[in-house]
Amino acid sequence: MENFDVIVVGGGPAGLSAAISAAKAGMKTIVIERGNYPGTKNVMGGILYTKPTNMVVPDFWKEAPIERPIIEQRIAMLSGDQCVMASHRDPAWTTEPNAHSVLRVKFDRWLSQQAEKAGVMIIPETIVEDLLYRGDQVAGVRTGRGEGDLGAKIVIIAEGVNNFLAVKAGLAKPLHPHNVAVAVKEIITLPKEKIEDRFCLEEGQGATIELYGDSTAGIMGTGFIYTNKESISIGVGTLLQPLIQQKWTPNDLLEHFKAKPYVKRLLQGGETKEYLAHLIPEGGYTNLPKLYRQGVMVVGDTAMLMNSLNREGSNLAMISGMSAGEVAAQAISAGDTSEQMLAAYERKLRDSFVLKDLHHYRHMSKFFENNPHMLKIYPEIINHAAGMYLTVDGVPKKQRQKEILRMAFKRRSIPGIMKDIYGAWRALL
Amino acid sequence: MHFVVCLKQVPDTSEVRIDPATNTLMREGVPSIINPYDAHGLEEAIKLRDQLGGKVTIVSMGPPQAKEALKKAISFGADRAILLSDRAFGGSDSLATAYVLSTVLKKIHEAEPIDLIFTGKEAIDGDTAQTGPGIAQRLGFPQLTYIIKIIDISESSITVERKTESGRQIVQAKLPALITVEKELNEIRYATLPNMMKAAAYEPEVWDSKFLEFDIMQMGLKGSPTSVSKIFAPPGRSGGEIIDGTKDPVATAESLVQKILQQNIIMVHPLVKGGKNE
Repeated sequence: MENFDVIVVGGGPAGLSAAISAAKAGMKTIVIERGNYPGTKNVMGGILYTKPTNMVVPDFWKEAPIERPIIEQRIAMLSGDQCVMASHRDPAWTTEPNAHSVLRVKFDRWLSQQAEKAGVMIIPETIVEDLLYRGDQVAGVRTGRGEGDLGAKIVIIAEGVNNFLAVKAGLAKPLHPHNVAVAVKEIITLPKEKIEDRFCLEEGQGATIELYGDSTAGIMGTGFIYTNKESISIGVGTLLQPLIQQKWTPNDLLEHFKAKPYVKRLLQGGETKEYLAHLIPEGGYTNLPKLYRQGVMVVGDTAMLMNSLNREGSNLAMISGMSAGEVAAQAISAGDTSEQMLAAYERKLRDSFVLKDLHHYRHMSKFFENNPHMLKIYPEIINHAAGMYLTVDGVPKKQRQKEILRMAFKRRSIPGIMKDIYGAWRALL
Repeated sequence: MHFVVCLKQVPDTSEVRIDPATNTLMREGVPSIINPYDAHGLEEAIKLRDQLGGKVTIVSMGPPQAKEALKKAISFGADRAILLSDRAFGGSDSLATAYVLSTVLKKIHEAEPIDLIFTGKEAIDGDTAQTGPGIAQRLGFPQLTYIIKIIDISESSITVERKTESGRQIVQAKLPALITVEKELNEIRYATLPNMMKAAAYEPEVWDSKFLEFDIMQMGLKGSPTSVSKIFAPPGRSGGEIIDGTKDPVATAESLVQKILQQNIIMVHPLVKGGKNE
C-alpha cells in the first residue's frame, strides 16, 4: 500500500484547491476523481468570482480558460409574460474583473493541470468506497480498483453534494429533500456577435440575468442566463421539496422558462450543445456537518458551504479547500493530526466570509420554506403595479395610485405584507 | 517474449456529428479514446506477458495529445510507450502510416527482438483495415488478420482462430508475426490502482522524424497516394407511405397490390388468367 501525506477525494474546485495548497506546502498529495478527468462531473451555474479564486491561483484569469468578464448583472421579476427588471453595469469590470462566466469542464481541467504542476498526482476514473482507520484515526482510503488501498496522514473529503463518505465517517447526515436544490442547465451555442448584440456588450464582455417568480413557476429558486464566449448558459434551480410537491420535473421547468417571451428571444437560433443537472446543498448554517475529526476534513459542497442568494458556491468551495489544505500541511508538519489540531480549519472558516455569510443568512432557508408564497405573489404584484402605473388612459394619477394599492392589498393583506417585510428583513439583512 | 501493440488515438465516433455544410467530422468537444480494437490487442498482449513473462511496448503515431492514450495504455499494464509525433508525419494515409510504423518497429526489433505485434483489425475513424497488413508486409512477418482467439503460443509459433465471412478458420504461423484483432478476443480489464498511479507519473517517449532515417517521400502527405474526391453524408431515409386501412379492406388490399406491381417488386405471371390486370 502506497502512503501519501494528503489524500483528496474528489477533483472539483474544493478538492483541487485543497490539493494545490497542500502540495505547495510540500505535502505528498493525491486526488482521486471519479470522472474521466477533473471537470467532467462538475456542474455549476457558470459564474466564478475573481478575488477568491485569485487566492488559490494568483492572477488565474490571465491564462485560465474563462469565458467572459461580467460587466452587467440584471435581476428581474417575471409574472406571466410580464417582466420588471433592475440592472447594474460597469465596463471597468472588463479590465478589473469581479466575476467571469466559466465552463466548469474546461476550467476544472485547467485547475487540475495547475495542481499537477504543484506536484499533485491525479487519479481519474476511480471511486473511493471507504475510509480506512487506525483506531479512531482516519488513515487512508479504499478505492474501487484492484490493489486499491492508499494510506494517508490526512484525508480531505471533497466528494461534492452526494456526501456518502462524509455520512459513513459520521460527519454529515444523509441528504434530505428539504436541504437540497436541484438545478438543470443547457449550454446553447450562438455566434459571439449575436450574443454581444442581444446583451448590448462590447467584444468579449459578459452579462448575467437572474429571474425570479414565474421563471420557476413561483417555486423558491431562480432562472438564470449567463453569457459565455460562444454560448449561453441557461438554467433553473429550485428547492427539491416544493418541486416534488408541485409535480414539476426539472426539465419541464426549464422548458417553461425557455418559452418565456423575454427569454425566448435571447436564445433564438441557438443550438443546445449540452444538458447538465446537479444537486445543490441548501441546508445552510443550521445544517452544517461536522467539518473535521482525527485525520479527516470535509470541504466544499460536502460541507454544505453554499450561499445561493449571492450565487456563491464555487468560491466557498475553493476557500474551504485551500484552508483545509493549509491546515493539513501544518498538522502533518507538526506531527499531530488529532481532532484538536484540525479544529484550526473550522476557525479559519469562521474568521473568513465563508461561515460569516452562512451565519448571516442562517434564517433564510427556514423563512422561504415557511413562506412559499414570496416568489408567487410579489412578482405578480410588482408587475401588475408597473403595468398599471405605466398605462396612460385618462385615469387621473391619484386615482390610479389608489387602484394600485387596492390591487396589492387584495392579493396580500396589509398585516401579511408587514409580516413578509419583517421576515425577509430578518432572513436577509 | 516481447509484445508490441500499435495503438491509435481516435475520436469517440459514437459522439461525433457531421457538419451538414462541409460534410466533415465536427471534432470539437468530442472525447478521444484508444481505438477499441487496438485496446483488445493491448489487453491480449498484457495477458500473454503476465502468463509468459516479457515486455509490452506500445507504439503510436499521432499529435502530442495522443500521449493521453499512451498513458492510458500504461495504466492497463503496458511497460513502455513510444509516441511518433512530428509535423512531417501529418497527413499520412494508411500506406504512409504503415511505412513510418514499420520503420520504427524495425529499429525496435533490432534492439529488442519482437515476437508478436498486435494491431486492431481497423480504426473506427477510417475503417480501412490496411495499416496492420501494411506493417507485416514491410517487416516480412506473417500476418494473421481478424483474430478472435489465440489458441496456442510457443517460442516459435502461434495458433489462432480467425473470423472470416464464411466461418471460422484455425491457422498457425511462425513467430515473429503480426495479428490484427477483433473485439471478441477478450474482455478489457479494469486497471489496478498501482498501475493507474504508474501511468499518472509516466511520460511517454516522443520520437520525431529525425530520430530515425525516414524516406521523406514515403511519409506525410507526400507519401500518401490516397485522395478524397468527395465527402457526403448519406441521405436520411424518407418516411414510408401509409395506406389508410380503416375503411374498405378490399380497396386497401387492391391499392397495396397496385403499388407493389408499379414498383416491379412482384409481377403477374403471364399464365395467370382473370387477374384485374388483364
